[in-house]
Amino acid sequence: MDQQSFLFQSLVYLTAAVILVPLVKKAGLGSVLGYIIAGIVIGPAILNLAGDRSTDIMHVAEFGVVIMLFIIGLELEPELLWKLRKSIVGLGGLQVLITVIVISGITAALGFTWQQSLATGMILAPSSTAIVLQTLQEKGLMKSEAGQRSFAVLLFQDIAVIPMLSILPLLSTLSASQANHETEGSFIAQQPGWLQTLIVLGAVGGIVLAGRHLVKPLLRLVAGARIREIFTATALLLVIGITVLMSLVGLSPALGTFLGGVVLANSEYRHELKSDIEPFKGLLLGLFFIAVGASINFNLIASEPLQLAGLLFALLLVKGIILWILGKSFKLSTDQNALFSLGLCQTGEFAFVLLAYSRQEGIIPDTSADMILAAVALSMALTPLFFILNEKFIQPKFGTLEKLEKAADIIDEKNPVIIAGFGHFGNTVGRFLKAHGIGTTILDIDSDRVDFLRKMGFKVYYGDASRYDLLHAAGAEQARIILVTISDAEKRLEMIETIKKHFPNLQIMVRAANRNDAYDQMNAGMLNIYRETLDSSLRMGVDTMKKLGFRAYTAHRAAITFRKYDEWSLKKLSSIRDQKLYINTSREFIDEMEKIIQNDNRMPNLSVDKGWEEEGLILDAKQEDQ
Amino acid sequence: MAKVLVLFAHPAFEKSRVHLKLVKHIPSQQGIRFHDLYENYPDFHIDIEREQQILLQHDIIIFQHPFYWYSAPAIIKQWMDLVLEHGWAYGRTGKALTGKIMLNAISCGGSLQSYLPTGKNNRKIRDYLLPFEHSATLCNMEYWPPFVIHGTHKLTDTDMHLHAVQYEQLLLALADDRFSVAEKSTCNYMNDLIPIPSSIQS
Repeated sequence: MDQQSFLFQSLVYLTAAVILVPLVKKAGLGSVLGYIIAGIVIGPAILNLAGDRSTDIMHVAEFGVVIMLFIIGLELEPELLWKLRKSIVGLGGLQVLITVIVISGITAALGFTWQQSLATGMILAPSSTAIVLQTLQEKGLMKSEAGQRSFAVLLFQDIAVIPMLSILPLLSTLSASQANHETEGSFIAQQPGWLQTLIVLGAVGGIVLAGRHLVKPLLRLVAGARIREIFTATALLLVIGITVLMSLVGLSPALGTFLGGVVLANSEYRHELKSDIEPFKGLLLGLFFIAVGASINFNLIASEPLQLAGLLFALLLVKGIILWILGKSFKLSTDQNALFSLGLCQTGEFAFVLLAYSRQEGIIPDTSADMILAAVALSMALTPLFFILNEKFIQPKFGTLEKLEKAADIIDEKNPVIIAGFGHFGNTVGRFLKAHGIGTTILDIDSDRVDFLRKMGFKVYYGDASRYDLLHAAGAEQARIILVTISDAEKRLEMIETIKKHFPNLQIMVRAANRNDAYDQMNAGMLNIYRETLDSSLRMGVDTMKKLGFRAYTAHRAAITFRKYDEWSLKKLSSIRDQKLYINTSREFIDEMEKIIQNDNRMPNLSVDKGWEEEGLILDAKQEDQ
Repeated sequence: MAKVLVLFAHPAFEKSRVHLKLVKHIPSQQGIRFHDLYENYPDFHIDIEREQQILLQHDIIIFQHPFYWYSAPAIIKQWMDLVLEHGWAYGRTGKALTGKIMLNAISCGGSLQSYLPTGKNNRKIRDYLLPFEHSATLCNMEYWPPFVIHGTHKLTDTDMHLHAVQYEQLLLALADDRFSVAEKSTCNYMNDLIPIPSSIQS
């Protein structure tokens, strides 16, 4: 690809996405449909700007699916996966098996050879992981019953693609010499069966072990270096590394990265990894959807509208009915089952791979392949519409789903308090709150400390708390209060701005190093400011007074009075300071110390407690006598 | 020998003329314990467990305090609220303090005459101390008449000294069980049982 055309293509794709996705989204149709429409617009049917490489691009973009599965894995703790095992194997297994059998049966009945029929069945059985999961996530339906079931089925399909790829060559009608075995370095295919199994198990086990014992220390090392982009690079390296390894042994990269994600789901770097890699996922998936849109062959639609419509309709109907029956027998309620069946009834991106493979092996003739390809692309393009259909017309009839699910979600895993920075300051607050059973989500940038604290049983996450995405991942939308206890004064101000902008409902309580710091925070609109040395210096003062013979209660009250006065004077002086910003800092500091001390001339009045004074009473008593 | 506990409360002790003298005259001997609440709990964070243990070790509990607003300084209320727990001090199973004696030792600005039905305070001191009396009853304790120093704003140093000696004698007599039940139930103030020149009892 020469640079000129590469840049031009980027220009076309990005422009289409930037213009159309927000528009479609604004119309309430979801971003996936936006991308697909953008693809159709730049595709051969309308502007014909997409170039003839849309299938190449789709290959690149499929990497988005791989990253997406990594992120899904990250969000999925092993316990949840274990909980889903029945859905994955039972529901997913039955879906693939029955769909393949039924579609193959119908195809065979239409007079195709059994090889062609079986291949078609396998090509059409898997649904689109990319579109369905993206849409479910966008609509916040991942945690719903139907969402979980859909996820389980999609996961099984991803796994099922591997044996499908190894079955397809067996269906080949070409002689071995004719067949074009350029199966992308899959040396596994040449090995005997038992070795294949061993290699597969070894690769999976390798990912799990490496995730535990290699990747975590590596992440710690990289995080310790505190170079942001290197952490991002490491995250990408991780995903690409797994992908390469998996392709090498002939396993699904999506499955591999998913496993990698699950292994790292319990790690302290979970939020950071997720927020680092999410933009790549978003962009690549977007690219993928555009490619789907661009690959829809409108010429074929125009020339064979009835046949194509029939194929598409039959495909959706057959898959939908099988899903519906399965959903029923797995006890999904009607509204959930509607979401489940409509959501998964399309054929997904794996069809492109399997179809290309079948062509290569000469199983399916080019004309049929084109037809299937068009039907698959259309079924994917229609999926977002099905979701909208479901949402607007079907759910209102049955739907209780969203309200219940969402409320449970919030109680489930979101804490009311986020502590940003778990050094000596945040640590004390955190321990204090923990002692009273108040749930806290803790963020910290020091990887060694995070490591240590996790060993001590604290749930601490690694990351730069001034970043929007990390705050978002930590649940800043649902939390009530955030404690900004990081030690870097500038970072604190940065954080305040981020929070005020993105999470206006989150109450901020902030640590301040000294007066100057507190002034800056006041100017930033902060009301709850805690100077880190104020209370302990006053306690030292109180104990000094006591040692000098002052009464404990007097000293105690004196300290409280002083602190109140000091906070009051801080507010006063902060407004004065505003007008004198032109004075250079050192001059300003001296100025201020003078002002503070001058103000303190009022101090003698502070310590008088008139309430317990006897002098006045004695005077009165004397006058009564006279 | 009875063990005597003086629970002392004065928020501005360093400014008090009367109580500085009284406290100085509290005999320092086995069986009489001076316990300064404001000094021990300046933040009002009373150690309940510790206070209950101290109570168990004594037979006679004396609240020594200025008579603020016809009652005691705030920390005494806090102390009562927290230490006299249900199920410990009172209630079906609360028998820890059964048989112990409670009384107040107070200083007050008003004269004896002002604390009569005809005086400007309308009621006797003993009436104003009813919450203490009933709290003691509820805790199965005996409530004894108070030790009172009236007209504190007009007291001369000599008078104050005499009162302090009287207080000292009271504590010693209590520690020695020198008062009979008849004596304490017929007297108005505990002061009556340790006479000093009547000109001072203004």
